[in-house]
Amino acid sequence: MTNATKNRLIDKTFLMFGILATLFGIVILCIFIGNIFADGISRLSFDFLESLPSRKPEKAGILTAWTGTLWILGLTTLVAFPLGVGAGIYLEEYAKKGWLSNILEINIANLAGVPSIIYGLLGLEIFVRVMGLGGSLLAGSFTLSLLILPIIIVSTREAIKAVPKSIKEAAFALGATKWQAIWSQILPASMGGILTGVILSISRAIGETAPLIVVGALAYVPFVAKSPMDEFTVLPIQIFNWVSRPQHGFIVNAAAAILILLSITFVMNGIAVYLRNRWQKKVKW
Amino acid sequence: MTTTDIKENNKASITEIDNLSKNIKIEARNIDVFYSEFKALKDINMNIYENSVTAFIGPSGCGKSTFLRCLNRMNDYIDGFKMKGEILIDNKKIYWKNVVVEELRKQVGMVFQKPNPFPKSIFDNVAYGIRIQGVKDKKFIEERVELSLKQVALWDEVKDNLKKGALALSGGQQQRLCIARTLAVEPSVILMDEPTSALDPISTAKIEELLFELKKQYTIVIVTNNMKQTARIIDMTTFYYMGELIEYDSTKNIFTKPKQEKTQNYITGRFG
Repeated sequence: MTNATKNRLIDKTFLMFGILATLFGIVILCIFIGNIFADGISRLSFDFLESLPSRKPEKAGILTAWTGTLWILGLTTLVAFPLGVGAGIYLEEYAKKGWLSNILEINIANLAGVPSIIYGLLGLEIFVRVMGLGGSLLAGSFTLSLLILPIIIVSTREAIKAVPKSIKEAAFALGATKWQAIWSQILPASMGGILTGVILSISRAIGETAPLIVVGALAYVPFVAKSPMDEFTVLPIQIFNWVSRPQHGFIVNAAAAILILLSITFVMNGIAVYLRNRWQKKVKW
Repeated sequence: MTTTDIKENNKASITEIDNLSKNIKIEARNIDVFYSEFKALKDINMNIYENSVTAFIGPSGCGKSTFLRCLNRMNDYIDGFKMKGEILIDNKKIYWKNVVVEELRKQVGMVFQKPNPFPKSIFDNVAYGIRIQGVKDKKFIEERVELSLKQVALWDEVKDNLKKGALALSGGQQQRLCIARTLAVEPSVILMDEPTSALDPISTAKIEELLFELKKQYTIVIVTNNMKQTARIIDMTTFYYMGELIEYDSTKNIFTKPKQEKTQNYITGRFG
């Protein structure tokens, strides 16, 4: 065998491996979604969305769960967005480069890798006990905010870094203060990237179960939360609860709830992709 | 020749220039600049005269851009930047601790090497500098934008498309827009860092014409590597080499009878 044919063979082998590796994930996901669809689609109805949880599977619904998820989504955004973006701007634009900022940087990167249950324990101690918030929506969303802050900070910094320095210099040269340059030039130019990071991290947050169980989200909440201080449940916890029951009816319910949760996630990711594309089209350097 | 000799020489030749205003606009005294350990500028002393075009020339890395950026304190944000010495503009120390840097930069505008309009409309680009001062008067802003665009001879080309994105303009138009943007805040000094190096010859010619007009009202300091440009439109020329000011004289003298060997070698293209 000549060298050339040998090299081509290696090339083809890798190509095949690459195709298989790509298909693997997609095929598994398709089988999974197909399965969930087959199980759950028959249960999807307005009735299912509007019913409170119940001991009888055919009567049980996810009203408290999806409203809880929306509450958590809204509150977490309100808390994590300003804190994360603020910290990102500070670290990128204001903080002096030195050992302190290096330590901060490494720590933030490490925090992004801390298991979510640890954040749950932190939330339990600080928000539930010390601050006395109890197992409320507020305690839950504070905890999830902590969880996603590092991701928002990192993606904010990346988005700001992508704005050419020349834009900032132009603003400074016209007599802009740092904040004026950030507010009027850097943020508008990096907003697409920042929002993409925020949305993706929040869509991760609404899929979290463990930290919320730790701070005391309940599996059975017979009422819709009306204020941030109310007790709550969310879709993943409801699903977790249902799949652990013996009756087949609850398995069907869980499948239907998964469909709802998946569609919320897909919609959010869709928005993130849309924002990114729109931003790239608008800003060309 | 020692540094003192060079200084004496420079002083002598400057007094020979008759057609220039003798009013000193910018005065630099004993400027040393460090980037961390690296000494980028060594004991720079020079006066820049009002309503003239003064050029900084020299091979890349010679410190000419660094010195230019000292004049509106654009180096302040660079980590490790340190400056010794004193720069005075209109007899005021610009590195004095009570100086509001933003006010200084309104007075000392800057145009960059690569056109860098904001990703906004043409109008918003020119209006930006006035708006950040808190000016809300629409009529005033509109008049100022129109005047500035007329000053750079861009008005006729864009007056029907003021809402159009500035990034859709050609490179030369963008650079003239950037100059208009600078003029709109009414500076008295304009610093230009190789403003035509990214442009085609026609756009370059337009900007040169512009410089000729602008120097009647403004003091212009320009970093350039375009030797022809230097000879054509520039009154005073400073040659920098390895962080040192080697020679400062009228452009005519620098190009026809340079006193320093290094200057002559650079001008004739033997190095750099």
